[in-house]
Amino acid sequence: MSLDLEMEEIFKIFFEESFEGLDLMESSLLNLDVNADRETINSIFRAAHSIKGGAATFGFMEVSNFTHGVETLLDEMRNGTRPVTPDAIQLLLQCVDGLREMIKAVQAKTPIDTQRIATLSDEVAQLLARHPGRPAAPAVQAAAPAVVTSAVVVPPLAPAADSAPAFLEGGPGWVIQFQPHPDMLRTNNEPLRMFAELERLGRLRVTADVGAVPPLEELEVDACHLKWRLELAGAVEKHAIEEVFDWVDANCSISYEYCAGQGAAPVGATPPAAEPAAVAAEAEPAAVATPAAAAAGAAPVAAAGHKGPADAGSIRVSTTKVDHLINLVGELVITQSMLSRFADGCSADELDKLREGLTQLTRNTRELQESVMQIRMLPISFAFNRFPRLVHDLSRKLGKKVELKLSGEGTELDKTVLEKISDPLVHLVRNALDHGLEKPEVRLAAGKSETGVIELAAFHEGGNIIIEVKDDGGGLNKARILSRARERGLVGADAELSEEQIHNLIFAAGFSTAETVSDVSGRGVGMDVVRRNINDLGGHVQIQSVEGHGSTIRIRLPLTLAILDGQLVRVGSETYVISLVAIVETIQAQRDRINTVPGGAQLFRLREEYIPIIRLYDLYGIEPDSRAIEDGLLVVVEAEGRRYGVLVDDLLAQQQVVIKSLDTNFRQVRGLAGATILGDGTVALIVDVTGLVHVFNESFAAGETLAA
Amino acid sequence: MASTILAVDDSASMRQMVNFTLKGAGYSVVQAADGVEALEYARAHSVDLVLTDVNMPRMDGITLVKELRGLPSYRYTPMLVLTTESSQEKKMQGKQAGATGWIVKPFNPEQLLATIARVL
Repeated sequence: MSLDLEMEEIFKIFFEESFEGLDLMESSLLNLDVNADRETINSIFRAAHSIKGGAATFGFMEVSNFTHGVETLLDEMRNGTRPVTPDAIQLLLQCVDGLREMIKAVQAKTPIDTQRIATLSDEVAQLLARHPGRPAAPAVQAAAPAVVTSAVVVPPLAPAADSAPAFLEGGPGWVIQFQPHPDMLRTNNEPLRMFAELERLGRLRVTADVGAVPPLEELEVDACHLKWRLELAGAVEKHAIEEVFDWVDANCSISYEYCAGQGAAPVGATPPAAEPAAVAAEAEPAAVATPAAAAAGAAPVAAAGHKGPADAGSIRVSTTKVDHLINLVGELVITQSMLSRFADGCSADELDKLREGLTQLTRNTRELQESVMQIRMLPISFAFNRFPRLVHDLSRKLGKKVELKLSGEGTELDKTVLEKISDPLVHLVRNALDHGLEKPEVRLAAGKSETGVIELAAFHEGGNIIIEVKDDGGGLNKARILSRARERGLVGADAELSEEQIHNLIFAAGFSTAETVSDVSGRGVGMDVVRRNINDLGGHVQIQSVEGHGSTIRIRLPLTLAILDGQLVRVGSETYVISLVAIVETIQAQRDRINTVPGGAQLFRLREEYIPIIRLYDLYGIEPDSRAIEDGLLVVVEAEGRRYGVLVDDLLAQQQVVIKSLDTNFRQVRGLAGATILGDGTVALIVDVTGLVHVFNESFAAGETLAA
Repeated sequence: MASTILAVDDSASMRQMVNFTLKGAGYSVVQAADGVEALEYARAHSVDLVLTDVNMPRMDGITLVKELRGLPSYRYTPMLVLTTESSQEKKMQGKQAGATGWIVKPFNPEQLLATIARVL
């Protein structure tokens, strides 16, 4: 692999971890709002520190310079010399945004928005300067630090002049008296190596003084009892020598004496503080940062160790590969069930062994399928993570006080589901903040605490994942919803609606009751889209609301789009699969509970509710066992907040089915979500309940509106 | 046999950079993401040199050096800490903990190799 490619790889890791670091900074900063504990500040500082260090090492000086100010600010906070104020947090959050943009620009090799960065830098510098009792520190510090020589200068053991001139041959040079403290060797600083370093600077003569070495029986092997006199010939700068002893200057006594020789001017004999810029190894980043690496040949090793919990020991694979694998496992499941059925049909003795093998195959297949499915699973924290910032920013903007509570962030669901649910969730949270929660004064007047609470929770229930968005705000105003719906002609003027039906009106297209359209929640195009997106995922959304006490939006989603917990039903000779999520109950239909309404639609009275009856055989042109309603079963399903009865001849097994796309294998059919292959090799069609209801409603488009 | 260097840094890109540079120079490299991980490794294996960052979660580099120096098998192992240019205080802390020396960040590969050659 070439050097450039190698460096590109390393840059890539740097960018990734910088973004992770920024995410961590962001979420931790938001946490500081609530509790400013030391460890949180420390972790923010560390993230900034790593970004600065990496950026400097890889030559991204704008990033490094900008981060320096941020780091200083954080350093003061973690030392406790600077209070953690909301304004400082706000500024730091903006800096995080700025940094993220800047690193993105560096990554994409596009120009950096220097104007924005300069403004932020100024603000950071101002904040740093404002703090009492601290010197005004510029955001970008340019001064190189002076080398502090803490050497204890002892009188020379012998006059420097006595033998030096002989060795130095009249040229310039240094006489160094070096006496390590007895414990110097414990840090593995080996005098021989230091002398070897010195030898590179010039001709060297070393004289050891063994006078202090104790008798053998008292000798401690790891204590240093020697001292040396070193003569170094040549016009060597003092700091170069000091650098050699820099690591041990606290563990030794050392003195330097310059011998000018004949006519040669002393080089660098002035005190080191006067020439700080010359200290090469200690210079500011700008001087030494080179991204180029020294050697090639090493293969990149996947970054070991832990970073974020989500990233622990992960590899990146393209989703097509995973999907292919999942597809193959699906085929395997089908093959396995075919074999199982075949074995059921035989009874000879040797088939016992076959059965045994099949039982094992069944178990292995199931485990394999489950673990392959797991590959696509990600924790919902990927979607939840953006909310603390969103809520923080929005609540500031709206002047509301909000506490966001997250729970069940580790709950896993399919990547595709996760990606598609993110936007609807954002919409719901915005709504809860904008329309749900009241302003502090309104809350106080209503006897509530002025801080509103929004809860985001995720958990498993059966084979589904439930996501709840809950607020303790004003709740839905039924009267307002109803009058708006009548205004818009969504319901008839005299229609009697249940509470649930009224609540469900907010999901209707073009419905918005917000008194003013804000730039936060948009223009009421949202909730219908939210519901459609959730339905498209095979999910389901419900709303519960109590006026004055808040609302809860409950989303039920399948864990994956690749398999489905289905109820097999029979209509004539055909088998259909209905998602268990959509099924409310199944009942025996009695003729006396059926009303036929003008237009031909039949309604079934289910307790207090009238539900339309959908006859699958009519929609799909199949011959059923019987057309008499009392001979069949009514599967009550829920779609878009309404219930429908689907008439079938019989209920078969409940089982997990592997969803095969109709689009790719045949063509899209409205009302069908796909197909699956059953154990006996026959194909069963999977009913898309929402789509089915649409098809059904359209077939009665000319008749009575079903909302009535 | 190539000397084994234990490189400790919480930043994967820095570890990678160090790893890449040292391997290219013929060293064998073991990576650890923090002091705890490094200490765990060092207890179970032997390494010829420890190169550690200071600021890390769980256990910082200074503590790591102190802990390692306390182990009989690491009494004479060279240990270098990565410090930033301005942290004179950290250098002193490192020394007191028993660090052999330090490498000032940011560094370039040549500097890194030169410094390591000084102690190995």
